Amino acid sequence: MNWLIDFFGAPERWSGPYGIPVRLLEHLEFSALALFLAMLVAVPLGLLIGHTGRGHLVVVVSANLARAIPTLGALVLFVLLLGTASIWPVIIPLVLLAVPPILVNTFEGIRGVDPELRDAAYGMGLRGGQVLGQVLVPVALPLILLGLRLSAIQVVATTTVAAYTGLGGLGRFVIDGFATQDYASVFGGSVLIVLFALVVQIGFTLVQRVTVSPGVSRRLKVRDSGATSR
Amino acid sequence: MGDGPPSLWEWIARNWDTGRAGSIKDLLGDHLLMSLVPVVAGLALALPLGLACIRWRLLYQPTSALFNVLYALPSLPLFMMLISATGLSPVTVIIPLTFYAMAVLIPAVVDGIGAVPDHVRQSAVAMGFTPLRRLVRVELPIAAPVVIAGLRVVAVSSISLVSVGALIGQGGLGMLFTRAYQNPFLPPVVVGIGLIVLLALVADGLLVLAQRLLTPWERARRAT
Repeated sequence: MNWLIDFFGAPERWSGPYGIPVRLLEHLEFSALALFLAMLVAVPLGLLIGHTGRGHLVVVVSANLARAIPTLGALVLFVLLLGTASIWPVIIPLVLLAVPPILVNTFEGIRGVDPELRDAAYGMGLRGGQVLGQVLVPVALPLILLGLRLSAIQVVATTTVAAYTGLGGLGRFVIDGFATQDYASVFGGSVLIVLFALVVQIGFTLVQRVTVSPGVSRRLKVRDSGATSR
Repeated sequence: MGDGPPSLWEWIARNWDTGRAGSIKDLLGDHLLMSLVPVVAGLALALPLGLACIRWRLLYQPTSALFNVLYALPSLPLFMMLISATGLSPVTVIIPLTFYAMAVLIPAVVDGIGAVPDHVRQSAVAMGFTPLRRLVRVELPIAAPVVIAGLRVVAVSSISLVSVGALIGQGGLGMLFTRAYQNPFLPPVVVGIGLIVLLALVADGLLVLAQRLLTPWERARRAT
């Protein structure tokens, strides 16, 4: 356990451009940026496809294919093609790999809403957009959030690997440490990444608690009238 | 392509089987081994654990919580933490991938067997099936589609994840990516991505085929 003290005990680890706080912020920044951009693309697209029912085969096939693409390969490919003048050659594959889980789950969430519920909403006089926003999205929210969580897991892991192609972030401790046989840095960095991933997980669980309607998550006990249960 | 640097096909032909370590053929073999062992081991461990979770319901919640957490951990730090125990060997890559596989397969086993209709189970009991025979002949076949759906996810992601192991020198075809990065050259990356996606598609196709063979009644149902 000496490496723990070597890594976390050294004062120079806690300041400067290569210190823990800076690397941690970089990791957060890159992951959040990639997740945000992916969300910007995938959520509206998933809502549209789920609501209209068009193009669902494309979603399923592309999502399966995307799972097969090796992240390290995609990163190296983009960096070799576009150079390393900016962070974008690394951020683009991060975004591309983050899109499919959100897209598939948003689409499945919307499509999986009970058709009777949808009909009832139309019957009450809501228009297409209102049905989507006031009924379909709240009911599909658990699945949409699951997609975001899976995507976040993926992004945090890929950001770690992206340190290999020169991106900053916590992966640097691990990859640079491995290259220079500085095992305190390797293990210390690994601990930080694991903690980071755990905090992201907990964050998503809390968001789900707060945003999902009690009626949908069944935290609200509704007395069964017989008509709603099957 | 054409003049100057070797074309993609020339590069493949020259590096397919060099007789030295690190030829494409060697890497392909390593890759297959390192990605398939976690799938098989994951299933072998998830089956008894899943069955235990069905038998003792209290077990399921903590088990799935534990594997959910493991699933969320990036592979690279897990590899690094294992190095001190297992060294720079394929096992270091295989262990975390096995955990990821179990995280997907345990719920698949529990859901699949949980979906066996009660009247089917009771019929089997009434016909005098012993618990073991009931499991093998009735419950597992009915659960097969759900378990195989899980296996498809696991096989494909395991095949693509092995390549991260290249960062500790154990990445199968992923070694082509690190090689291409250190010595900037495009063909190895293209070949690596191409072969990995191809392997994933083949594995997925074989599992779909296996499902058709294992569940002939589904086809009969569709035909009528």
